[in-house]
Amino acid sequence: MVEALNRNQVAWRVANDIDEGAFVNLGVGMPLNVLNYVPEGREIIFHSENGVLGMKPLEEGAEPNLDLINAGKQPISMLPGGAFFHHSDSFAMVRGGHIDVCVLGAYEVGQNGDLANWRLPNTKSAPAVGGAMDLAYGARQVYIMCDHNGRDGAPKIVKQCTLPLTGAKCVTKVFTDIAVIERADDGMVVREMAEGLEFEELQERTGAELRLANDWKTLTAPDIAPPEKRAR
Amino acid sequence: MINKICQGIEDAVAGIEDGAVILVGGFGNAGEPIALLNALAARKPRELTIVSNNAGSGDEGIGQLILGGCVKKFICSFPRVTGADAFDKMYEEGLLELELTPQGTLAERIRAAGAGIPGFYTRTSVDTPLAEGKEVREFAGLDYVLEEAIYGDVALVKAAVGDRWGNLTYTMSSRNFNPVMAMGAKITIAQVGEIVDLGGIEPEQVITPSIFVDKVVEVEA
Repeated sequence: MVEALNRNQVAWRVANDIDEGAFVNLGVGMPLNVLNYVPEGREIIFHSENGVLGMKPLEEGAEPNLDLINAGKQPISMLPGGAFFHHSDSFAMVRGGHIDVCVLGAYEVGQNGDLANWRLPNTKSAPAVGGAMDLAYGARQVYIMCDHNGRDGAPKIVKQCTLPLTGAKCVTKVFTDIAVIERADDGMVVREMAEGLEFEELQERTGAELRLANDWKTLTAPDIAPPEKRAR
Repeated sequence: MINKICQGIEDAVAGIEDGAVILVGGFGNAGEPIALLNALAARKPRELTIVSNNAGSGDEGIGQLILGGCVKKFICSFPRVTGADAFDKMYEEGLLELELTPQGTLAERIRAAGAGIPGFYTRTSVDTPLAEGKEVREFAGLDYVLEEAIYGDVALVKAAVGDRWGNLTYTMSSRNFNPVMAMGAKITIAQVGEIVDLGGIEPEQVITPSIFVDKVVEVEA
């Protein structure tokens, strides 16, 4: 049986991939959860597009402040040393190449690193892009955090994106429930695979062509309960 | 004596004309100048263009302007937020125009207007649908998209503290787009939680200097 990670465990895995001292932006949705799994003792400075450096999760039981929120409009708290600034400065940090890593969600990732994560087809509702396009080209590393396959089983990592792009050739690493895949000059390289998963099966569940790294590892995470299902 | 302080919120929004381009500060509800927007909606203006990160939520502020039929067009990066029912309904009925702009490009287009820069090139949106119809130019081997400044007729901003010259400070992440909007319009109107005497804000602590602000009105927080 394949021992896939749950979404909280994927957040843990992403958090553990980020170096001490890095400036990191987290996209709305699943990526915001990375904030909860920073390894003990590692200093990482999280950037929020709405003008915050040095955010941390709101302490349990603490009173939320409506003037202190993250990109998903959820209440947060601040580390000593944190800073506030306006939107032009915030996006100068993003677009000027000052952010080391951003973590985004994805509808599709292309074999060449193309990213589509802002617009689904056949929808009446208004398009919304937020800061995703700025981050796709601005951040030095673009990490993607997503389920390996959608609810219908369709792979998210595809040969070529069919949805409108957020950015071209921008993705550097993909973290899914069953694999960690890096984009190299010569294609997509599997760095880690879930316990019980054979490379052939991973390839079958993926649209893009994969290559297994010689020094690949097993993708594991500590026991962490999956996120509670939220009522919509 | 310079005195930009308005006695009432109605005075603050007086003179805003139909068809105006209104730059609105805020990110979600943080920093949204709700009182100014509600007072503007009460004047029943028509054909406004609203430039803001989001398109309001609930029935206050930007939501009230939409429900009052005051808005023709939005320029924003993320119109869909929880509770943006007024926007969603009118957009799906085809009653609102939307110019979608990436968030950093939105901030920079407004900053550019305030800094006398009519256009600039950026990597953001290259090879995406949001670059369609725009000039693309190569610099050092990479493509960049030409984006144009957004000039506001009026900016509505929310600050924590102001003085009679128009100096402003903000509370935590409610600063967001407010200082940017304040730079980009012909007239900037600030609602503040507290008015202090000149010197009550230390020069080092001023976030939006008075030169960018035309009217200040105190609104109970």
